[in-house]
Amino acid sequence: MSAEPIASVSDGDEEVIELVIPPRPDVVSVARLVVGAAVAMDPAFDEERSADLRLAASEACTNAIEAQLARRTGHDDSRSIILRCSLGRERIVMTVQDHGGGFDPDALVAHPEVTDPARLDHEDGLGIPLIRLLSDELEFRDSPGGTTVVMTFGPRPTTGRIG
Amino acid sequence: MDFRLEVSERDAWSIVAVSGEIDVATSPRFRERLIELISTGNHRIVVDLRWVDFIDSTGLGVLIGALKRLRSHEGELRLVIDDPRVLKIFDITGLDQVFEIDSVLDTAAP
Repeated sequence: MSAEPIASVSDGDEEVIELVIPPRPDVVSVARLVVGAAVAMDPAFDEERSADLRLAASEACTNAIEAQLARRTGHDDSRSIILRCSLGRERIVMTVQDHGGGFDPDALVAHPEVTDPARLDHEDGLGIPLIRLLSDELEFRDSPGGTTVVMTFGPRPTTGRIG
Repeated sequence: MDFRLEVSERDAWSIVAVSGEIDVATSPRFRERLIELISTGNHRIVVDLRWVDFIDSTGLGVLIGALKRLRSHEGELRLVIDDPRVLKIFDITGLDQVFEIDSVLDTAAP
């Protein structure tokens, strides 16, 4: 496993946990473990909400890794992905920064209704809608060479549905 | 990462018992095994997810692909899920309306 050591720093009322991972599918499970451990530091977040954050982390890291591997521009392929969890008062901000060359969330095409047989033509594309549903706020920021996904979570578990 | 697949037969059904975590790292093996089963004529499949700790959209995509392939052969795909944490992702994506989901294997593969 080549995920780099986890950094944890306190900044006033905020604890920041950072994990630097290579763009490889097998490290997504490590990202989930780290997020689970970070969420456990705030007792306001129960096990169900922790599962929401682990799922969002999995989706965001998967997108970051796939974007970077798809880009295949030589030296950029191996640049690290940075996952950060900032724990505030009953509020967790999770960011995933990649070097995947940028991403346009408005270019996402909505899936057909689940009752439409054409829904089965779409195996991909659920990651961003899931993150949008699981988080309380979602923002995509341009960052050098790629995108930083900024997800903010309160302690209440998601109960809604996509669509 | 903990991930295992075991295939068994039960009357007309092929039972695919999955354990561990289904994500971008393990989904390729899951997809390959299901495609192999379908392409060798197994068109009634139960995927038993009772020992799965985690599944994300990558795993859902594998199941959507398998369902599409099976329907093109007039086959069937049923899922067994008894963990509310696993069931939740099917619920919030609306895919609980797409898949036939049972909580016990005996109901899924009678």
